[in-house]
Amino acid sequence: MMRFAAALVAGAATVALSTSAAFAAETLDAVKERGEVVCGVSTGLPGFSNPDESGQWSGIDVDVCRAVGAAVLGDADKVKFVPLTAKERFTALQSGEIDILSRNTTWTLTRDSSLGLNFAGVNYYDGQGFLVKKDLGVSSATELDGASVCIQAGTTTELNLADYFRFKGMEYSPVVFDTSDQTVQGFSAGRCDVLTSDQSQLYALRTKLDDPDSAMVLPEVISKEPLGPVVRQGDDQWFNIVKWTLFAQLNAEELGVTMDNVEDMKSSDNPSIKRLIGTDGDMGEKLGLAADWAANVVAQVGNYGEMFERNVGMDTPLQIARGLNALWTAGGIQYAPPIR
Amino acid sequence: MSSRDSESQVFTPRPALPPPPRTVGLAGWARQNLFSSIPNTLLTLLSAYLVWVLVPPVIDWAILSANFFGDSNDACTGEGACWVFIGQRLNFFIYGFYPDPERWRVNTVFILLALALVPQFFPMVPAKVRTWLGVFALTLYPVLAAVLLMGGLFGLPFIETSKWGGLMLTLVLSYVGIVVSLPVGTLLALGRRSGMPIIRTICVLFIELWRGVPLISVLFMASVMLPLFLPDGVNFDKLLRALIGISMFWSAYMAEVVRGGLQGIPKGQYEAAAALGLGYWKATLLVTLPQALKLVIPGIVNTFIALFKDTTLVLIIGLFDILGAVQSAIVDPAWGHVAIEGYVFAALCFWVFCFGMSQYSQGLERKLHTGHKR
Repeated sequence: MMRFAAALVAGAATVALSTSAAFAAETLDAVKERGEVVCGVSTGLPGFSNPDESGQWSGIDVDVCRAVGAAVLGDADKVKFVPLTAKERFTALQSGEIDILSRNTTWTLTRDSSLGLNFAGVNYYDGQGFLVKKDLGVSSATELDGASVCIQAGTTTELNLADYFRFKGMEYSPVVFDTSDQTVQGFSAGRCDVLTSDQSQLYALRTKLDDPDSAMVLPEVISKEPLGPVVRQGDDQWFNIVKWTLFAQLNAEELGVTMDNVEDMKSSDNPSIKRLIGTDGDMGEKLGLAADWAANVVAQVGNYGEMFERNVGMDTPLQIARGLNALWTAGGIQYAPPIR
Repeated sequence: MSSRDSESQVFTPRPALPPPPRTVGLAGWARQNLFSSIPNTLLTLLSAYLVWVLVPPVIDWAILSANFFGDSNDACTGEGACWVFIGQRLNFFIYGFYPDPERWRVNTVFILLALALVPQFFPMVPAKVRTWLGVFALTLYPVLAAVLLMGGLFGLPFIETSKWGGLMLTLVLSYVGIVVSLPVGTLLALGRRSGMPIIRTICVLFIELWRGVPLISVLFMASVMLPLFLPDGVNFDKLLRALIGISMFWSAYMAEVVRGGLQGIPKGQYEAAAALGLGYWKATLLVTLPQALKLVIPGIVNTFIALFKDTTLVLIIGLFDILGAVQSAIVDPAWGHVAIEGYVFAALCFWVFCFGMSQYSQGLERKLHTGHKR
């Protein structure tokens, strides 16, 4: 009780930033002792983190956490998911309720510098785009002068839209809705010509139209939304683990190591592959992990490409092309430093 | 004489004429109630038109063109409701993330609740049995349910509350809220009317503080601010925080409802109790409180129903109650446009429980009616 009272006083005086320091270098030990990684996800965003019929979480953000579970504990299922709303997500991380925040969070300077948090990488390069009806006959966002635009209220989307149209010297009339579901209803009912949101969401929203093929996503992207996992500032070891787990998945794709062939690759002669899957060098030890950390990640969660295709790729209802998220060798910007 | 006798008129009662056909039967009823005046006729025609316009499409959508069987979106033709979606997601809507092999525990809790509450609606069940079931529902049952749901005892695997969800979570939140708020609210109401200044001040402060803030901000404080003030590593359960918030909030409301009842009792009742030599607690428990509670049954049940519906606000702190589960399911891109089906299902669930509570309260009012009703 005294401790509680003391903490109340201390908490009132200092709040968020100071708390994060107290966790320095403790996360890995805490996770090992607990036997599970606690991961903050969204309350339901298709392709990123969404519960399925049986209440299992799936999505690309979920897989980031599962990969960390595989790297640290050797088991991708030793992850506990905590659904968080947009408002409480940073507090949950600052207060130590979760170890990783993997909740389609955009990496911005303000968040990186003022919240006591570190962004550990980018698992999805997103950007704001436009969805239009095909019969509108528009093929580029520059032809949208005078259009009415359906938007969700209170999002950065609204600000980006205003910036873009002002910059291009075009007029538009906003039609504002409260939830993404209402937005797509409004678009479907013809209340507006264009629907704008993050591109990854446009694909999900399009499947909710009565006739998904009647609408198309325009090629223009009017904002940068790099989404990635976030950890507390001050625990560099944990920061490195999360960062390099993602890099290991990217390197695995680049080297052609997949879920299926990772066992065979253990006899590979390629020095890069040997370092990745731990048959050579002490890469795991440097991170404070077992030697086969990356092999576990690839075997249980897959490389980055497999993770992408399984959750949001062309064979899923979302049908998102790799685009910016292709490897740098394939025309995208996903580039990981080498493991050596 | 004899002829006169034969001519004498004997009164033979004739059966009464039937009432004019315009005033009896369906036609008569319709004439009296639907077409008695010109405005009434116009309103009737308008209503009939609205029913004609609205009802057939709804029935067509919900039943005739709806799809009931199948296991994926392909089973839905898109013309009517896609109830297949509800069927496929039903387990998630009811149990949330509760692990599959342990769901019998939730079912047991549901069945026990039904066993304790359903007989209360049927007067043919002996009153004594009903009383005991009621006592069970308020005392032993919450403990039993907590042990079953949480586990960790008697060889039951521990299920953390972050895995609770759906209808089960809604019922847990509202049941705890109801069971805690009525007694605490009653104590607060008595405290507020107490002659002891310290107790009265505490109760007034408590009530005015909790009643003065919206439930959303209470939940936000509990889930967003509280963790920042707690020492490292002390993380107390999110569900528990929400439960405490909801219970405290509604206790304050309940206190004012009960206080209304206490003020509605004639002063003579208090004086009579005192004249009989009853002390404060005896006078309160035997004389005034029973009358006060009876007086405000509609208000109490009103508060219960509001509480039940307000549990959906836990959505904003990331707990998946039934509405949250529905909302997270309707965005699944594997299904087409199923938002309406999802919301209709959630509304139906809420309606069933709220209507049940309302019916029970009306039955209770009839039963406790002692001729004081005006």
